[in-house]
Amino acid sequence: MEMNSLLLLLILISSLIPGIVILLLEEKQVLARNFLNLFGAIAKVVLVAWVFAGYLRGESYTFIFGLAPDLTFALHIDQLGLLFATLSSVLWLVTTIYAIGYLKGGKHQRRFFAFFSLCVTSSTGIALSGNVLTFFVFYEFLTLSTYPLVVHRGDDKAVEAGRTYLWYTIGGGTVLFLGVVGLFVLAGPIYFGQTEIIASLAPENGLQLTIVFFLMLSGLAVKAAIFPLHGWLPISMVAPAPVSALLHAVAVVKAGAFGIIRLVYDIYGVQTSEQMNLLTPLAIFAGFTIIYGSVKAFYQDDFKKRLAYSTISQLSYIALGVAITGVLSTTGAIVHLVHQGIMKITMFFAAGNVAETYGYYRISQLNGIGRRMPITMVAFTIAAFGMIGLPPVAGFVSKWYLGLGAVEAETYWVVLVLLASSALNAAYFLPIVYRAWFCEPEPSTIQPRCSGRWETEALLLIPVLLTGLFSLAAGLFAASTNSPLYFAREIADRFYLHLP
Amino acid sequence: MINFPTSSFPALLVALPIFLAILSLIFRINRRAIIGLWGSFLIGILALVSFIEVIQKGTVIHILGGWEPPLGILLRMDPLSAVFIGLTATIGVFISLYTWWYFRAREASKGRFPLFWPLWFFLWAGLNGLFLSNDLFNLYVTIEIITICAVGLAVLSGEKNALKSGLRYLLAAIAGSMAYLFGVALIYGSTGTLDLEHLSEVLKPGKTTNFALIIITLGLMIKKAAFPFHFWLPPAHSAALAPVSALLSALVVKGAFYMMLRLWTEVFEVSLTFAAGQLIGIAGAAAVLWGSWQALLQTNFKLLVAHSSVAQMGYLLMMFPLLIIAPGISSDSANWLSPAWTAGIFQVISHAFAKSSLFLSAGIIIMALGHDRIESLRDLVAWMPMTAMAIGIAGVSLIGLPPSGGFMAKWMLLKGVFLSGQWWWAPAILLGSLLTAGYVFMLLRLAFAPSREINHFRSVPKSLQICALILALGSFLIVIPAENLIQFLEGSESFGSGIQSIVKGGRYGNE
Amino acid sequence: METYKIYSITSVVLFAIGLGGLFLAKHFLRKIIATIIMGGGVFLCLVSFADRDSLSYADPVPHALVITGIVVAVTAAAFALSLARRIHKFSGEETFTDEK
Repeated sequence: MEMNSLLLLLILISSLIPGIVILLLEEKQVLARNFLNLFGAIAKVVLVAWVFAGYLRGESYTFIFGLAPDLTFALHIDQLGLLFATLSSVLWLVTTIYAIGYLKGGKHQRRFFAFFSLCVTSSTGIALSGNVLTFFVFYEFLTLSTYPLVVHRGDDKAVEAGRTYLWYTIGGGTVLFLGVVGLFVLAGPIYFGQTEIIASLAPENGLQLTIVFFLMLSGLAVKAAIFPLHGWLPISMVAPAPVSALLHAVAVVKAGAFGIIRLVYDIYGVQTSEQMNLLTPLAIFAGFTIIYGSVKAFYQDDFKKRLAYSTISQLSYIALGVAITGVLSTTGAIVHLVHQGIMKITMFFAAGNVAETYGYYRISQLNGIGRRMPITMVAFTIAAFGMIGLPPVAGFVSKWYLGLGAVEAETYWVVLVLLASSALNAAYFLPIVYRAWFCEPEPSTIQPRCSGRWETEALLLIPVLLTGLFSLAAGLFAASTNSPLYFAREIADRFYLHLP
Repeated sequence: MINFPTSSFPALLVALPIFLAILSLIFRINRRAIIGLWGSFLIGILALVSFIEVIQKGTVIHILGGWEPPLGILLRMDPLSAVFIGLTATIGVFISLYTWWYFRAREASKGRFPLFWPLWFFLWAGLNGLFLSNDLFNLYVTIEIITICAVGLAVLSGEKNALKSGLRYLLAAIAGSMAYLFGVALIYGSTGTLDLEHLSEVLKPGKTTNFALIIITLGLMIKKAAFPFHFWLPPAHSAALAPVSALLSALVVKGAFYMMLRLWTEVFEVSLTFAAGQLIGIAGAAAVLWGSWQALLQTNFKLLVAHSSVAQMGYLLMMFPLLIIAPGISSDSANWLSPAWTAGIFQVISHAFAKSSLFLSAGIIIMALGHDRIESLRDLVAWMPMTAMAIGIAGVSLIGLPPSGGFMAKWMLLKGVFLSGQWWWAPAILLGSLLTAGYVFMLLRLAFAPSREINHFRSVPKSLQICALILALGSFLIVIPAENLIQFLEGSESFGSGIQSIVKGGRYGNE
Repeated sequence: METYKIYSITSVVLFAIGLGGLFLAKHFLRKIIATIIMGGGVFLCLVSFADRDSLSYADPVPHALVITGIVVAVTAAAFALSLARRIHKFSGEETFTDEK
């Protein structure tokens, strides 16, 4: 096997093997487990960086393994996949550090870290997959490997949440399965980027293609938490903070959003989707979800629940950007995939820090928390400003592009949705910021659980600081040639290459 | 048929298990297990060598004692039978290993069940013989051997429930084989031959053939517990000892399926109509839905798994309507045949692995708890992570989630269904998957849930758990050599072939 | 040809009686006897085919088949009987009470 194919496998293996080995370790072997975790995470980042560098030099990376006639397992690198792979591998590293600190002394760590690694394997697998089948395989594998994490606490509430989670995702998976098989029957094995196949079928098999599109879209919309298929996400917030952070800000929900991008741009192609008028329903549902999620978030007092509804709302920005034709909105959608990930993970880390250190789970308890945990809350504030869309934080960039795209496509209602959502974002995030910095802390002070030089344990503090800085940097240096925005722009340009 | 290269492996595949069975009967009871274990390895190696022989030479035959048909018996080993024999050997070796430890670990079972090993070897011989048979009567004899051994194994525990369900199983199976034999008699009366190859040439459509087809199909449907005749399976499979349940569910019911597959595609082409296939498909779809629904309602683990067998056998039946090509379509343009066959074979293989793993896990749970009420599975993940994982992995394969063998089967089935335009099977396939997900995750949910008692699990040897886990993993690993396996199977004459349905003269079903 | 018809009809009737008995009879023993009657029908049918138009002598194959078949059927019946006896000895039950 040539070197380049091997590299792709290595990227997957770098988290798969630690996952399996951790499962075989004893619960007590903390050191070995942590070493494996960090080693795998660092190895993955290095490997992805290596492939990234190679890709920029113009090398191509493909791995193909035939399973059955016209059923092939294919890994392939393109810019979009690379962007997602980078995002998940970097955030995995950060979250691993965080999780080691967060779960210290907790029960069933072996199970947690094993399935955590499997999750990241499937998430990178989704990023690297080169055809529909491979994508589907990893997509379902992600569902399965997340389940033990959702029910990790093991109490009745967690198990109930796990059940809800499974019904949504397995149901969505079944619908997606039907769509994927339908696609195979109509068009044969499709590799991502072969939009001409569907384009050539479109005149004759319009109805079938439309059905297949909406089957696949509704399957993917479950994970992307688009209304009315979003119900699992707030309930799954019973999971430990690192899980909520990585999975419900990055891996699971992004898998759905990423799938929608692939479906529209790399399977059907912009032109065909536009001609067949497939995108309007998506735009309407996404637009509604943005407002719905924001309004629901406004009424939550539970810190993580508010973040969860905010995630629902923010994810639909991506779907909305996909649904509007135009290079600018596509750029906005793709760059928001990255920006939303780093901003939301910061917020979940912050929420986890507060809960872990002071035991505060409600927003009404957060009075004056900024003075006690300044670094955490600075990071949170940066992310919150980003979510609202204030420059120069990352969120501003994506919203700006989405807005420009909407104007370009002359869909002015989208601009209204964006404005309304920004106002709502401000309405539910600013009170937290306000409470944290400007309210007097309540007199009955709970002693922090950890005593040290810092506001909380270093392992919890470093990740939140890092991701906070990432969010700021992604916005500040958006114009430079290696920023997410630059890549998103290149990807979007390629999607519209064949358009007049 | 005589043109194929001869080989002595087919004869050995039948003779060795019989020899081992008799050998183990001669030995003292507490020595039998050793013969059982090493004998199983021996058969496993033999099956592997024969498999390689078929890979190298293609179809091989053996004429027993040099007496050529019609008086003598000819054994034929083509890629299809090689795959079934290989599957039997793989599952068989692991079940033997498991049984060896199972009997050693249970104080209560020391020195009991002296007949397990002889019966299991006779069963093995019967299965191998069935897969190698090339004439109708030989098929009858082998399936009778299988039935009697299977019932013998099922009642091994000697408990009242096992005895009663065993008797019910036996009576149903006798009725099935009598129906089959009646059909064979009619065919022999009208053609004067029993050889499958020869029959496919001389069999003429007509009332007699149609009646024979109906009665043979019904007989086989009883034997493999297809939908309206599934009543005997859940009690019999759930009352048996754990390794026996695994054998029955994973291998025995597949024998009747194999027979039906062979007879439909090789012999009865002349009188099969589109409607006949649809009827079988409806039975299959009904089995999928009914079996899965019943499984969802069970409160005992083994009963749940047994009902799930009914459902999974239903998926196998759904392959038959796809094999029949509607009148007016040339068989060259029938591009769904290959997916349909692949679906059938992969369903057989992945179900065999997954179901044997589930029953072996059930045995482990009974050993640990003393009973198998599902409610007591709480906190299984913490105390027996390996068994919980085996249940999870096997369950995932049953649901058909990627990248399992079950996924491959469902994918191919669904693809065949769409390509052939018979899209009405799709809802049953998917709904069955969802129901399966329902009962599998019902188990997993409990396994993760907190326990009300503290450590109520007794310890169970790791080796037993490893056996179950390996079998569960097997249902995933078969996807890796899938392409090679399909290429290999294409060397078999019947694989990928369709049945050109006749337009007139078929009086089957509602035609 | 008339004899041939008598044989076929008798065998079908026997088979049907057996099948009906298997489903309708409650007692184990009756059920087992019903299967034996089914077998009788089948074997009669099979052996009647030994008289073939194309042959001047009786076809030996059906005889061989029937003998084998009888051996198998006897084995199965004996097994069923022993099971029924065992059940009776353990619990005194003579029917599948849970069945209907």
